[in-house]
Amino acid sequence: MHSVAGPLLFVEGVRRVSMGEMVEVLLPEGTARRGQVIEFSDRHTVIQILEESTGIGVRSTRVRFTGSPPRIPLSPDILGRRFNGAGDPVDGLPAVLPETWESIMGTPINPVARDKPSHFIRTGISAIDGLNTLVRGQKLPIFSGAGLPAREIAGQILRHAGAGGGEPEGSSPGGKFAVVFAALGITYREAASFLEEFEQGGAREHTVVYLNLADDPTIERLLTPRFALTAAEYLAFTLGYDVLVLLTDMTSYCDALREVATAREEIPGRRSYPGYMYTDLATIYERAGRIKGRPGSVTQLPILTMPDDDITHPIPDLTGYITEGQIVLSRELHRKGIYPPIDVLPSLSRLMNLGIGSGKTREDHRGLADQLYACYAQGRDLRRLEAIVGEEGLLESDRRLRRFADAFEREFVGQGPGGRSMEETLEAGWKLLSLLPKDQLTRIRVDHVLKHYKE
Amino acid sequence: MERTVLVVNTSNMPVAAREASIYTGITIAEYYRDMGYRVALMADSISRWAEALREISSRLEEMPGEEGYPTYLATRLAGFYERGGRVVCLGEGEREGTVTIVSAVSPPGGDFSEPVTQSSQRIAGVLWALDPDLAHRRHFPAVDWKKSYSLYVGAVDDWFKKHVAPDWPDLRHEMMGLLQREEELREIVQLVGIESLQDQERIVLTVSGMLREDFLRQSVFSENDASCPPEKAYFMLKAILSFHSLCKDLLGKGVPVEKVLALPFREELGRMKEFPAEGFREAAGALIARIEKEGRESP
Repeated sequence: MHSVAGPLLFVEGVRRVSMGEMVEVLLPEGTARRGQVIEFSDRHTVIQILEESTGIGVRSTRVRFTGSPPRIPLSPDILGRRFNGAGDPVDGLPAVLPETWESIMGTPINPVARDKPSHFIRTGISAIDGLNTLVRGQKLPIFSGAGLPAREIAGQILRHAGAGGGEPEGSSPGGKFAVVFAALGITYREAASFLEEFEQGGAREHTVVYLNLADDPTIERLLTPRFALTAAEYLAFTLGYDVLVLLTDMTSYCDALREVATAREEIPGRRSYPGYMYTDLATIYERAGRIKGRPGSVTQLPILTMPDDDITHPIPDLTGYITEGQIVLSRELHRKGIYPPIDVLPSLSRLMNLGIGSGKTREDHRGLADQLYACYAQGRDLRRLEAIVGEEGLLESDRRLRRFADAFEREFVGQGPGGRSMEETLEAGWKLLSLLPKDQLTRIRVDHVLKHYKE
Repeated sequence: MERTVLVVNTSNMPVAAREASIYTGITIAEYYRDMGYRVALMADSISRWAEALREISSRLEEMPGEEGYPTYLATRLAGFYERGGRVVCLGEGEREGTVTIVSAVSPPGGDFSEPVTQSSQRIAGVLWALDPDLAHRRHFPAVDWKKSYSLYVGAVDDWFKKHVAPDWPDLRHEMMGLLQREEELREIVQLVGIESLQDQERIVLTVSGMLREDFLRQSVFSENDASCPPEKAYFMLKAILSFHSLCKDLLGKGVPVEKVLALPFREELGRMKEFPAEGFREAAGALIARIEKEGRESP
């Protein structure tokens, strides 16, 4: 042992180490801590301690190299279990008897072997189902802010997606459903309410939980989502489950990444996050999808907190570039008492078109969504105008759009905690469009207007 | 698909391969170009490539430049972009081949002043700026007509004059003028309301609204609207602009603006995009004739 700096140990004269290898650091009082090799030359090896480095001395501590990168024991029995951020059980039950060991770093899926998502997932939320449909195998993050009800929305999505059994629409044939939950640096209170949600929804026995709470070691947090995703891939592609992975909160993950990068004296990038944050996030988010010729799917629902509600902050910005859309929560709507406070204008689901249309949802779905979007955007603009010139200053047609925007927020987005079926969502949309004259609906095909428009 | 070569490096694959992938792509493109093909190279995204360059550069402990990118970023980018172009190939047989580079740049936080966007813009001849505001209101393709430009407009005018219609450049010019005027008027409307505008100006707002909604916006899910050949585009534009001159005429003759705006042509013009491109000339020609006739017959 040569020296210790923050979470880093510098060891001399070790031969045949490999990058990413796990090590055990044995302290004089007999306890062991885990670390990982992050750099080496022919003289020095740098080990990153996954826990506290307090108490580690240069002379008194011994290091044992395990010779393998971090791996996770997997078997069908992991369903219903709870683990800590390093993959050890915390539910008081014995360790998992493994059927297989997998490296948590995963391997990139060959782009040609990827299968196109084609089944939509019913979430019961109109702003998602109707306008930004989630499909199996997608990665769709929720951009939240401090104090916004992202947890409730995620819970609602889980409840409805989990109710897939008796649900013909969207569920793939013979679909088995599982949830993998990774808590990254969230508080005990938040984690507890998620766990309660699983209990109440009766989802416990098909849920796997990985907990790295706010006071758990920061560096371990870099491994937690990878443990969770490896478990998810095993459930999906080996056992054939449709897996929904919930990662919360990605902002804490990125902060942990920054903390480690700074300790390693790397050149900081924007807001002192490391320059490779994009690549690092991609190694997490890209582990979603479907594979040709295999049953299951991995759908990711990461939640992140936008610092100061700033969507251009590096974390939401880079996330948005990798993921297939985003659901953005709005403080303004939340203050107005609208639940769920989803701001539909910046929200987007890039894979929506694969899961909707005739035979999947309904033939008028696309046109209806476009029309609602267009009218709501116009109505929102007019709201600003009205604040200046007053309601009398608006033309009658503009006043109608303005009223439409209000009703849209209140009735379509603000549906309350209950769920809606796809049919109810589409009907709610048509009901709102009936506030506008028929000839203004130019984004919907004429025959669909004639069929669904309510006088 | 048979005429496509894909070079794939998804975002979780090795970084060094990403740095190399655009060179792999352009070398393949040049190979076909030398056979006399016209090759289009789509690079999505140059920003990811630049980030790979940055990552490697920082691992090599090079001195970072702006935003941590290496200082030779602009040189490397220029070296790549300048490989696009039209060549007369050497060797047996006369062949002319081209490589056209279309690259996607994703400026972080939508900030166009960042180095990758700036270096790309300095070299490229055309910019199609995608606008989040247009995308939010589901106006696709979300190309912002104010920020976008092409340095080749003059160069292709002759082609359009010859193959589409002699007055194409004039119509384009008129449309850009209207859209620009709308921008100014919108600022006034924001301040004092639409009622305070002159009648002509209200017409400008209406017609430019039609240009945006009925001409510039296209729906990729509509069979006929997904792709619009130049001839169809010409007649659509022509019809909308002749409606504009009809409105101006009528106003000049003293018809009240409400009545002008209530003319039945508006919805018809709005549905025009749904017509198939085949036979569009006749259908649009008839509509234009009717619009012009209305102008002549009005008191």
